[in-house]
Amino acid sequence: MQFDWMKIPYSLLTLFIVINFGYLLNSFIAKIAARVGRRRGIPIWQTYIDVVKNYGLRTSITHGVMFYLGPVFRLSGGVGLLLFVPSIYGSYLFSNLSFAGDLILALYFVFFGTLGMALGAAESGHPYSAIGITRGLSQVTAAELPFALAIFSVALQYQTLSVTDIVAAQQGGILHWTLFTNPLAVVAAMLSFLGSMMRPPFDVVLAPQEIPIGPPTEYHSSYLALMQTNRAIFPIAKIVIYMNLFFGGATNWPVFFLKVFLIYMWSVFVGVAFPRFRVDQSIRWFLIWAVPIGVLSIVLV
Amino acid sequence: MKDELKKRLVKGPDGVEFEVDPLRDYYCDARPQVEPPAVSKIVEDFFNWARSESLWILGFATGCGAIEMRPLMTPRFDAYRFGVQWRPTPRQSNLFIISGYLSTKTLKRVIRSYEQMQSPKYVMGLGSCTINGGMYWDSYNTIKRLDDYLPVDVYVAGCMPRPESLLAGFEELKRIIREGKGEGANKYAAQFDRYKANQKQVIHDWDMPDYNW
Repeated sequence: MQFDWMKIPYSLLTLFIVINFGYLLNSFIAKIAARVGRRRGIPIWQTYIDVVKNYGLRTSITHGVMFYLGPVFRLSGGVGLLLFVPSIYGSYLFSNLSFAGDLILALYFVFFGTLGMALGAAESGHPYSAIGITRGLSQVTAAELPFALAIFSVALQYQTLSVTDIVAAQQGGILHWTLFTNPLAVVAAMLSFLGSMMRPPFDVVLAPQEIPIGPPTEYHSSYLALMQTNRAIFPIAKIVIYMNLFFGGATNWPVFFLKVFLIYMWSVFVGVAFPRFRVDQSIRWFLIWAVPIGVLSIVLV
Repeated sequence: MKDELKKRLVKGPDGVEFEVDPLRDYYCDARPQVEPPAVSKIVEDFFNWARSESLWILGFATGCGAIEMRPLMTPRFDAYRFGVQWRPTPRQSNLFIISGYLSTKTLKRVIRSYEQMQSPKYVMGLGSCTINGGMYWDSYNTIKRLDDYLPVDVYVAGCMPRPESLLAGFEELKRIIREGKGEGANKYAAQFDRYKANQKQVIHDWDMPDYNW
């Protein structure tokens, strides 16, 4: 197999664009949430300052090897997810390192960061971290189920495991999107999407004010800065998959930014309108509402 | 010293006996070091600017002054505009607000939380009680001068100061940090023995290591 080395700098360019877009988007979303509460909210560049400050702290302590590796795993989960899926369809520059079976790899990467985080945070020995991880893993597992079903449904529908081919099949008008050709799969996936964005009603993992922020309780300075960087990359990487599978992908950056923003806003809308679920409620909610829709979509395909 | 903090033999579920010394096993008691600033002045100034614009407050309220912090999070005053945020864990916080009177019992917890914060860290004394004891000046169980026990960067005077004074205090602290004078953590490390002597003078049931990271 011939590997094209020029793909690597191009992929890093994608990464650079997405990181900056992610920082700005995160503070923009925080501003929107603040406006819902009738506050002005943080300045748009606040996320950059926070990250610089955390990298610039003079001391940091460690609890062991896995404590180091936790944020690294999490970041590599986000970066890996982004790099193995084409971000701009039909562009040589921004197709990244996508290949024929990348859909399966993407499914794996979505889960990878959570597992790494679980190992790292568990080593910190803080009881709140342990509670957060238990909740996080159970909820992510429940939320992943409808997403996996939706992906299988889409893969069956297009008879391929390549994201690029799936995007190609959706070109030529809005009615060719999976949203209209396989609506049940999209509904199941979008319900699962709510569960993985760490926003209400499914933010019981971090649960601010209850178990003070859960898994990252013990993380500080550069560890925390790495996780903040991942916070910028991971949601976008995940949204890119959704965009490619269900919403026709993007053929240039403006369309990319718009679609990512709108898909993100779906979880924000739900988040500002509904209070938090307990973890047993959220698991039950996913199993009762999202999973049957996913099964139905596979049956219909 | 409490019983659970004493050195003892523990029998595990698999029948193996092992020794547990909570003070040595659960805490690291290495002395704090003076952390030098970045070598280049430009880099240090840049970091100081970032530190001043991103003040993360430890959500630990010691006295009645805490009631003045709540309005800062709500639409009326909205301190988030100025880069001020509340964090629930000492590991991620930079600013410790001692809000009002500080009883010796709370002082113990305050010291432990302060020592868990990462350098550079700042302390703000809120209200007259932290300056000279305020209306609790002759109380048997509150401290009079906060500065004897922790290195204070900025005071906000009043009984109680309104949220506006707190905002002014934040701006003052930002100016201090930008000028590179917010070196409380290093002062604490350099004069560690003096601070510890003062702390032990008022805390009679001292049952923790001298420094718990």
